[in-house]
Amino acid sequence: MTEEVEQTVALAEGGGDAAAVDVDDVAVRFRTRKKDVLALRQISLSVATGEFVAIVGPSGCGKSTLLKLVAGLLKPSSGAVRLHGDAVTGPRRDIGYVFQRAALLEWRSARRNILLQAEMRHMPGAAARKRADELIDMTGLRGFEDAYPHELSGGMQQRVALCRALLHRPPVLLMDEPFGALDALTREQMNIELNRIWRETGTTVLLVTHSIAEAVYLANRVVVMSARPGTVTEIIDVALPAERDYAETMGLEEFSSATTRIRRLLGAAPGAE
Amino acid sequence: MEHGRTPTVPAASAATVAGVAERARPGIADRALETLARSWRPLALLVACFAVWWVVSAARLVEPYLVPSPGSTLQVMRDKAGYIWHHGWVTTYETLLGFAIAVAVGVLAAVIMVYSSTVEKTLYPVLLFAQVVPKIAIAPLFIVWLGFGIAPKIVVAVLIAFFPVVISMVTGLKSVDPEMVQLSATMGAGPLQTFVKIRFPASLPHLFSGLKVAVTLAVTGAVVGEFVGANEGLGFVILQANGNLDTPMLFAGLIVMSLIGVVLFLLVEIAEKLLLPWHASRRGDAVTTTY
Repeated sequence: MTEEVEQTVALAEGGGDAAAVDVDDVAVRFRTRKKDVLALRQISLSVATGEFVAIVGPSGCGKSTLLKLVAGLLKPSSGAVRLHGDAVTGPRRDIGYVFQRAALLEWRSARRNILLQAEMRHMPGAAARKRADELIDMTGLRGFEDAYPHELSGGMQQRVALCRALLHRPPVLLMDEPFGALDALTREQMNIELNRIWRETGTTVLLVTHSIAEAVYLANRVVVMSARPGTVTEIIDVALPAERDYAETMGLEEFSSATTRIRRLLGAAPGAE
Repeated sequence: MEHGRTPTVPAASAATVAGVAERARPGIADRALETLARSWRPLALLVACFAVWWVVSAARLVEPYLVPSPGSTLQVMRDKAGYIWHHGWVTTYETLLGFAIAVAVGVLAAVIMVYSSTVEKTLYPVLLFAQVVPKIAIAPLFIVWLGFGIAPKIVVAVLIAFFPVVISMVTGLKSVDPEMVQLSATMGAGPLQTFVKIRFPASLPHLFSGLKVAVTLAVTGAVVGEFVGANEGLGFVILQANGNLDTPMLFAGLIVMSLIGVVLFLLVEIAEKLLLPWHASRRGDAVTTTY
């Protein structure tokens, strides 16, 4: 295929033993005029290539900050972040980013919003359009590709944002509460689709979420963080197969033990959602 | 590539999307009716104003040399059509030139101010000062500096129209979604690419609301310039008519001047609809500012 694609694939595989994402004893301090806020402290996390890691924690614990560190949108006050063994020093191009709000350009159709990624990267047009078509089919956007953002539902908008983030086949996908603004049913559906997309693309995924069920259903491992200053309380292995049926998974012993454990860690009453 | 789903319907047609159907484009007669239904209230108010004016002058409630009748005003507009047309065009020309310069300089200044906070802090007080100085008070100075030609009129029009352009453009450029800018960085886009593809288009709705204010102010600016010293333009016509106690001509000048402002405003609004269809449709067709 195109050079761009070969490069990213090579990056994904050529990292050798280096972890896809390596966060090494990172701390982040925000300085405002009045206060000095320690947002993150002593965070260490290593994510293997192709792994799906979910991050849960109380509001304001610095989950989003952690994702921005990995993307190179923020600099750590101390410690180091590496992507495939390569130190992160500025905004990284070899990632895909999805925010809670779809952040689409209102004057572009769904397809042209997806292709923004290609335009910014100067990807060859024909290959980019073909890839966009594949993603439109994969995410169920077929029939909506010429609609404008204001004509799309929240779930559809988020699908467009996901396509845009996947267009350049990023080795690492960073998702910051991508389904937080969706209704419960749409959210479940998006979870099922994300599980399938992850299996089909083999991308390393780092997902920040408030939903414990979402974290356990989707991830290989769930990172539980403490309240601010955020740090890793525990990392929970989810012993479920990669391919997961939604309703079935919810009933499994593994699923309920993992969610119960996470709820305990987060201080919520057992069984409470 | 075939997608194998519902092969009987063309996949790309919006009409096939669940629950979404393309509405048929209304015909010309329907559209005219729609426009009428939307605009009859302001039209009725306008007609009512004319009726009051007519009654006041017909019943001789006010002397004709103070308030002319609508008939005599229309008479003057018909008899002196060439004269009014010439001076109206001069004022329009000054207005348009002033407006164009105000937009070019205003947009450029806004872009520079948004990208450099040093420039913004330095320039803002000067801008504010230029805005609060009464233009009528400094207009005579421009006559002294630039003579009786169109230059001082354009300068006053620029000065008066410039401020809303800058303010709206700065607001527009600053209101861009910060996550969109971060996203752009992860796409490897430089500042120029981010500006061209994201920041600038995102700021256009704000800019246009500033342009609508600016274009009507530009008319005022041109006329103020003419008041201070001119031998052409509607400002000149009104001053002359005033001096001769020729109230029908004075009223004719006022009406033409207002019409110029309204037409220019509508032109900006049409340009907005053509350039930003996404914005107009997001606002919803039911909410419209045109009458």
